[in-house]
Amino acid sequence: MTAPVVEDLLRELAPQVLGSLVRRHGQFEGCEDAVQEAVLAAAVQWPAEGLPDNPRGWLTTVASRRLIDEMRSNRARRERESATAAEVVPEVPDGDDSLLLLFLCCHSSLTAASQTALTLRAVGGLTTAEIARAFLVPEATMAARISRAKQRIRAAGATFALPEGKEREERLRVVLHVLYLIFNEGYTASSGSDLQRPDLAREAIRLTRMVHAQLPDDGEVGALLALMLLTHSRRAARTTATGDLVPLDEQDRSRWDRELVEEGTALVRASLAGPALGPYQVQAAIAATHADAATAAETDWRQVHALYLILERIAPNPMVTLNRAVALAETGGPSAGLALLATLDGDDRLAAHHRLLSVRAHLMEKAGDTAGAYEHYRRAAKATASQAERNYLDSRASRLKPGKHPEPSDA
Amino acid sequence: MKFLISMYINPAVMDALADEEKAAIGAGHGRFIEELKQSGELITTQALADPQQAAVVSLRGGQPVVTDGPFLEAKEYLGGFYLVDCEDKDRAIELALRVPDAAIEGLSVEVRQVMFADGQLEA
Repeated sequence: MTAPVVEDLLRELAPQVLGSLVRRHGQFEGCEDAVQEAVLAAAVQWPAEGLPDNPRGWLTTVASRRLIDEMRSNRARRERESATAAEVVPEVPDGDDSLLLLFLCCHSSLTAASQTALTLRAVGGLTTAEIARAFLVPEATMAARISRAKQRIRAAGATFALPEGKEREERLRVVLHVLYLIFNEGYTASSGSDLQRPDLAREAIRLTRMVHAQLPDDGEVGALLALMLLTHSRRAARTTATGDLVPLDEQDRSRWDRELVEEGTALVRASLAGPALGPYQVQAAIAATHADAATAAETDWRQVHALYLILERIAPNPMVTLNRAVALAETGGPSAGLALLATLDGDDRLAAHHRLLSVRAHLMEKAGDTAGAYEHYRRAAKATASQAERNYLDSRASRLKPGKHPEPSDA
Repeated sequence: MKFLISMYINPAVMDALADEEKAAIGAGHGRFIEELKQSGELITTQALADPQQAAVVSLRGGQPVVTDGPFLEAKEYLGGFYLVDCEDKDRAIELALRVPDAAIEGLSVEVRQVMFADGQLEA
């Protein structure tokens, strides 16, 4: 039994064991610590001694023992907690509680940083050390953040039950947003080069698959999974061997992962068949439109633009308008795109944002305004906090440096 | 998001503070560090020795040149820093405002986002 196989199994079993423990004892905080300890013990023991006959039962037994030890170690606490436990023990079928746990970890009383950390630990089955490595912070920092998050959930009086109706809808949106943030963190990770960092994009896909398996009829869940798969499919093509960014229109599309593209495209189709239309569905449809084009030149920009128009209507956001300007420039020329960008100038927060500056630079370059494009690429490079992006924007700027012979545009 | 919160100290201003004021700053930093540890936002904090102990080094024609004293003749010097990992820039600014130095005329606190990080975090 190799360590990676054990790791995968532990990540799958951890939320199930945690769910059943919380159902039995009713205290998320202590149960979560106990499961974490059991997972750590298994990670050492299983690869060396082989898998137990019933891995889930093994974890449940070890975690329960830890929990009971912990309860006994403090008499006052034990009394308080056994009283709570007595209140909460409902007779429930022993199903998969991963979804319930996700709702709890994405509680609205937590910051996004805490929601992501707690989700990765309690539902993702990652250890604190692994999560700390993924975010490049010391383990003690991550341990404190997770423990504070659990205290907050308790203080907020959160219950281990699926909310109903409209609240359930709203909470599910938060869960999807947290999964999206985890994916993005893995996708855009700009710092460090530690090969031991857990792959957060892969973790986010795994967790979203799990949610999709439980809620197969929710179009937005399927669409988020599709969006992740389609984005992930470009992974090998989006950076050079030295780590430099390659923009979508310059990527070698033969290096896109066809299997992920096909799975993602099929999911988009299925999700669009439903009655409602949400923002992830539209974003996934845009990603699928790009995936459909064998070359950048074959991109159906009219469709991309129409989809951004819909997205603007259902989820208005200046970033969406910014993206629509790129599509509009492809169908109506760079000056049409620049005119749309001008409507965003009143937005103070966006005015100095590197995305607005870099899109404007890009469109100015297409329009033949070399001096303006140079200036905006340079300003954009200074405005980003991502090293890979800064390098890319600097290189675009230096191609247009005044006095340098302009290279023929590939547009 | 990681931010460096740098504290710029003015030795003349520091010297002019009363002992109890200096003690209050020290105690304020102690409380601030404790809060940051509890919230899971502190990566590390370090305070630097007096700028007079600095050495400026350069390599000229392959030959090392070492000059005693700080690089710039300034009124304010980097005195120390907090490296934090927090939600966003607004939160980093909120934290920086709680650094005791921020409340003292002549001292200043600067917030800048980190762009690249690597190293042994547990060291």
